[in-house]
Amino acid sequence: MEMPAPNPTILAKKAELVRRLSEVLPEDAVIHEETETRAYECDALTAYRCPPLAAVLPASTQEVSDVLRICHDLGVPVVPRGSGTSLAGGALPTADSVILGVARMNEVLETDYDNRFIRVQTGRTNLSVTGAVEADGFFYAPDPSSQLACAIAGNIAMNSGGAHCLKYGVTTNNLMGVTMVLMDGTVTEIGGAHLDAAGLDLLGVICGSEGQLGVVTEATLRILAKPEGALPVLMGFDTNEGAGACVSDIIKAGVLPVAIEFMDRPCIEACEAFAKAGYPMCEALLIIEVEGSPEEIQHQLGLIKEIAAAHNPVDYREAADADEAYRIWLGRKSAFGAMGQINDYMCLDGTIPVSALPEVLRRIGELSKQYGLGVANVFHAGDGNMHPLILYNANQPGQLELCEAFGADILRLCVEVGGCLTGEHGVGLEKRDLMVDQFDPVDLEAQMAVKDVFDPAWLLNPAKVFPLASSEARRAVKIAAE
Amino acid sequence: MNMRPETEAELAELIAGRDAPVWIRGGGTAGIVPQGTDVIETSGLNGISLYEPGALTLVVKAGTALGEIEATLAAEGQRLAFEPADLRAVLGTDGAPTIGGVVAMNVSGPRRIQAGACRDFLLGVRYVDGLGTAVKNGGRVMKNVTGYDLVKLMAGAHGTLGVMTEVSMKVLPLPEAQGCVLIDGLSPDDAVAAMSAALGSPYDVTGAAHLTEGMDGTPVTMVRVEGFGAQVDYRTGKLKEMLGRFGDVRVETNTDRVTVGWGYVRDLTGFVGAKGDLWRISVKPSDGPEVLRAINATKAQMDWGGGLIWAVVPEGSDVRSQLGVAGHATLVRGVGQARFHPETPVNARLAEGLRAKFDPKGIFNPGLMGAN
Repeated sequence: MEMPAPNPTILAKKAELVRRLSEVLPEDAVIHEETETRAYECDALTAYRCPPLAAVLPASTQEVSDVLRICHDLGVPVVPRGSGTSLAGGALPTADSVILGVARMNEVLETDYDNRFIRVQTGRTNLSVTGAVEADGFFYAPDPSSQLACAIAGNIAMNSGGAHCLKYGVTTNNLMGVTMVLMDGTVTEIGGAHLDAAGLDLLGVICGSEGQLGVVTEATLRILAKPEGALPVLMGFDTNEGAGACVSDIIKAGVLPVAIEFMDRPCIEACEAFAKAGYPMCEALLIIEVEGSPEEIQHQLGLIKEIAAAHNPVDYREAADADEAYRIWLGRKSAFGAMGQINDYMCLDGTIPVSALPEVLRRIGELSKQYGLGVANVFHAGDGNMHPLILYNANQPGQLELCEAFGADILRLCVEVGGCLTGEHGVGLEKRDLMVDQFDPVDLEAQMAVKDVFDPAWLLNPAKVFPLASSEARRAVKIAAE
Repeated sequence: MNMRPETEAELAELIAGRDAPVWIRGGGTAGIVPQGTDVIETSGLNGISLYEPGALTLVVKAGTALGEIEATLAAEGQRLAFEPADLRAVLGTDGAPTIGGVVAMNVSGPRRIQAGACRDFLLGVRYVDGLGTAVKNGGRVMKNVTGYDLVKLMAGAHGTLGVMTEVSMKVLPLPEAQGCVLIDGLSPDDAVAAMSAALGSPYDVTGAAHLTEGMDGTPVTMVRVEGFGAQVDYRTGKLKEMLGRFGDVRVETNTDRVTVGWGYVRDLTGFVGAKGDLWRISVKPSDGPEVLRAINATKAQMDWGGGLIWAVVPEGSDVRSQLGVAGHATLVRGVGQARFHPETPVNARLAEGLRAKFDPKGIFNPGLMGAN
């Protein structure tokens, strides 16, 4: 995967850029020494690194506006950055770009329980949004697994999901309004404390636009009352088909769990070796969590048990209390750490129709043999969001490329069976060149036309999402204008 | 002239060869299409392409009748959870609503407050843009962040960005039971306070509405829960306890009667025959009572906990200038004023820019949204 070569005209403007940025920002908010810009050379897609021309840390919407106006005037690309946890390279800079980090904007601006929303600056971390309201019995529903670190800005850019979206939806379903700064420095408010914004659904297209349409500085988020309680159940199956059919039957029966997690045998073995959660050794394992009062939970678990019995589980364990619930989740929550213990890994997030699960797992197994690389699957089974973890050795020449080729084949397989390349991580750099496998040129053209409206000069995060060949003409306009 | 293409290719050819304005009509039930204009009927594009109950997924041609879809889902114990309203009676229209029309207008009923709006259940679209190009976006899976979300943009665009040919939707199970907690005689302020308390509880309230005149002519506040039978009994019991401080609380656990009651709210049945302009006003729920006082409505109800006001006012009343709070007002039935609330200059410029990209010839539903 390549990033465009830096534009020498822009590199030559560094001194002027830094001088002008320093006029609108405090000294410690403009980072331009090469030893310091290196801190911003990558996000969580660590295989790709490039220090930016400069990094800025504005503390207000006004400062964001000032920065963007200056970069716009000078024709300098800007790469917005939340906490830098993107697995897709969403915040990877180029040498001729400015990283705009929102980390200093982390205040809660307004909490309104009567109207069930919270308004925050977007540098605030996902988990600390819930942290601000949980003492009063509320929570913010989207819960990406990086929630301790990831920022709301990045959640909005990538339309992040989490384990509980089968019931509560993803970021776009919980976002009510934004303050956004356009590339030319214009500040606009879209939506707010009312449930539907006026006019075209600009909020809908901004969420998930990967920092390419504007920089969101403030967000109004829906908060919900915490359920009375939640408990998981764990069940093991001797075939993937059995586990898949069980999920389908539970959903058809009208039970809507808050989470349905699936692990295959390689994943179970790795997690068990790492976390010793006492998981059964079998082909497929499901963890299903339901919510409500103790009686409501028991009623739902009763139905689930009856349905599962028809699929001959080799193991079935209900959590009687919080401690047992913890043990059931322990292995699953250790999955990434367990894989990291074995080797380097790459985590994908293609989504498939749930009915295609057995076929997709079988074909991933075949590809694994073909590429000679191990793969383990964890999977949000309720919504079809896969997480194949491919093991490779980053220190062995050629393995990263092999792993990427294997990953690309898995994602093409997801598209082939009716799914998509990414369910919650975003396209970024990582899946950019695969977009042509999911979309026809006219489909990509329609999306790029949206960027033309918000960012006519194509300066915001310009080398992501769309294959470079598709976006070349648009990016060339900017370069020609130098 | 009425055109009724039966395939996406036929539709695309028709649009590609056209420079004159054209209105897009699903079932014609919103009463938006002006008399004597050229019309593209979408009813020729119909049929269910795919329905997988175990995956909660429905893919359907845009001109398919809503009734056909709801019957198909009901046969599998499922439904469109965003509860689209049937406003034919109050608008004085007939015809059969189509799913394309529902999506184009983002029609979302009382359950929007808990489950989400139509746009939240829309997984994918196929549409033909203003140059006759067939485009797809989204897909049929529930989690999808691959590229920009034009799916949301098409929902609620009222046909001004393209003619939808196929939509994919997430569907949900029908609950085993429904229950409703009712309080009579509350003022709008007390009603919103009661609804806020209910919506801030852990009982997963799926509807919270206040009718200034209920079926019997007096004010009634309604809070709905849905789920398994025992769950509904438990939750209505808890809510009754919790809301007792607002007044005498009645509990209705007969699912059929609850369904009828919420149909009355959703379809604005109490507004049928009321003379005047019909407005739909979206505000912060706690601002609802203030708006009610400001607009001099002859008939009104608050849904979404107070955040969605439906009001009949004397013909020609300038409701927008009376609002006094953040939010927006749509003229749903009436003439002489723009249907949609004016946007801020920046957002209006962005919206105009998008329309110019999607429909460069400016032929779709001219003047319906944005500048004339």
